[in-house]
Amino acid sequence: MADTLHSFLAGAERTAQRPWPRYRLDRRQWQALVDRLASTDWTLLGLWAESAEVHAALMDEAAREIAVASLACPDRRFPSLSTARPSAQRLERAAQDLFGLTAEGLSDARPWLDHGQWRRRPHGDAPAVARPASAYNFLPVIGESLHQIPVGPVHAGIIEPGHFRFHASGETVVRLEERLGYVHKGTEALMAGKPPGEAALLAARRSGDATVAHSLAFARAVEAALEIEAPPRAVWLRALMAELERIANHIGDVGAICNDASFIFMQAQCTVLRERVLRAATQCFGHRLMMDRVVPGGVACDLDEAGASALRALVAELARRWPELYDIYDNKPSLLDRTVTTGTVRPELVRRFGAGGHVGRASGRGIDARRLPGYPPYDGLDFEVPVLIDGDVHSRVLIRFREVTASLGLISQFLDRLPSGPIAVPVPGRAGEGMALVESFRGDVLAWVRLDEAGRIARAHARDPSWFQWPLLEAAIEGNIVADFPLCNKSFNCSYSGHDL
Amino acid sequence: MWKTLGRTLISKPLPVDAPPPDEAHLAELSERLDRAARLRVGRSLSIREVDAGSCNGCELEIHALNNPFYDLERFGLKFVASPRHADVLMVTGPVTQNMREALERTYAATPDPKWVVAVGDCAVDGGLFAGSYAVAGGVDAVIPVDLHIRGCPPSPVQLLQGLLALLERVA
Repeated sequence: MADTLHSFLAGAERTAQRPWPRYRLDRRQWQALVDRLASTDWTLLGLWAESAEVHAALMDEAAREIAVASLACPDRRFPSLSTARPSAQRLERAAQDLFGLTAEGLSDARPWLDHGQWRRRPHGDAPAVARPASAYNFLPVIGESLHQIPVGPVHAGIIEPGHFRFHASGETVVRLEERLGYVHKGTEALMAGKPPGEAALLAARRSGDATVAHSLAFARAVEAALEIEAPPRAVWLRALMAELERIANHIGDVGAICNDASFIFMQAQCTVLRERVLRAATQCFGHRLMMDRVVPGGVACDLDEAGASALRALVAELARRWPELYDIYDNKPSLLDRTVTTGTVRPELVRRFGAGGHVGRASGRGIDARRLPGYPPYDGLDFEVPVLIDGDVHSRVLIRFREVTASLGLISQFLDRLPSGPIAVPVPGRAGEGMALVESFRGDVLAWVRLDEAGRIARAHARDPSWFQWPLLEAAIEGNIVADFPLCNKSFNCSYSGHDL
Repeated sequence: MWKTLGRTLISKPLPVDAPPPDEAHLAELSERLDRAARLRVGRSLSIREVDAGSCNGCELEIHALNNPFYDLERFGLKFVASPRHADVLMVTGPVTQNMREALERTYAATPDPKWVVAVGDCAVDGGLFAGSYAVAGGVDAVIPVDLHIRGCPPSPVQLLQGLLALLERVA
């Protein structure tokens, strides 16, 4: 039998990262890992750097193992993983921009987050290299009767900024190339030096729509580093908030997808339901998006009896209304004509990129961080993780419909079994290194943190699920008509802010 | 669908039905906003939203202004797809260095007279992101601002209040 991830890395020096091990590889071992990746299906979970070190998080799904491989690179160079894992490409371009490292063998070494506008180099000591933002070499196109459609960064709707460069032949998209990084705020550099409680404010604002999930991932990474555990009641309240967030986003997106196919009726119905969820969140937790409610050590507010009954009423209403809306969606041939077979992502591509969430699950990849690696309180709970294989806009809509239903079931279970007790434990100030995987409505969020002796953030990193979904959007739109792009884009709904760091 | 539509027709309209606590003044606010919109801009004010670096939290709440509870369009205020059609730029986020030029160009593309509303705590002075190598600052570090609406993110009611304040100032 072939080696598992842990047995392959076992020869390297092991550090005290928790809960999954981190191995310090030498250059030869790192190169062996790159070679090995080409012949395994280990998933790249993330890749991030420090001033003279690069880390890659990997998952062996068959063996249910997770590990981080690190390579010290005093000469600021490391062999690229992108030859074996194309999903590493943009992450390595980001590492080059932020830390001045060089990924050897990187097939596309153009700057990614750095548009030549920064005042200084984010983490190193070198001065920033200024150049016009427009000086970016888009991929060349050779062929007859092709035209270019540049879109963004300022888009037509109320959405985040990014640039899409379409090459079209008549109405058909021949290639889409994304250029992102416009909302890069330098969040990770700002987190450095802060105590976890303060850094959590920034973690909560990596992507506002997934604020609970990002806060939870950060909190769990800090707790793993310090070997503390949030009290049971906090664990359950966190999951309750995370499921509310999932429901609010999926409902909003289903409405917005239908709106992009000009079915405004569904948009109106969905925005009403979404608003009801946000109002219940305000009543229970004092904030419509539940921002800053999940903190390292526990949660910042408790749920009272009035809140619990408001949630029960909300679940009852949604459980009644949601299937009605599904029937409407499912019985509109003119709408299905737009969503079925549109924007297809092939299952092998999803696996190759390790894409999670509705993007992965609509194309046959059933990975859900709540199950693998799994975290409390989901272990003992009954919920469906829907998986389909067609990979089109329709499948992504269906996944969202079914995930809302699953989350409603979870919330009922939370309310019935919510343990009593304290909602937070103190966060001690000491050193440690921890990592967490948490399922946001988009897919798995990876958070990694290293605390120094005083318990302050030495380095914090988060990999939003969008990193592995954005590249697939380029594949999804190929061969489709330009007019279907909004539909495809919304069915993904990748985060710009979460991706841009 | 017809059942749902029928139920919508016979049930009470949502904006009036808005319950407390945080919506206590919604009805009163709506009435003032309506009056001001009628008086000052003849019920026609076009807004172009620009995300200059936000975490997308503000966008979610600005979106909510279009839902049937807040229904911004009933006041004649509406979101448009191009700055060339806009009277008001509603800008969110700390302005990132990478968005600075796009924001300047969007402002230049908006015909006069125009107003700029900076939405969210980050848009005031950069908020939590102030001082970053990648952030230029608040919106007024890049273009002139007529009104700030604070909040992280501001709720739809706070946004309505802000727009009312803008209308009362526009004369």
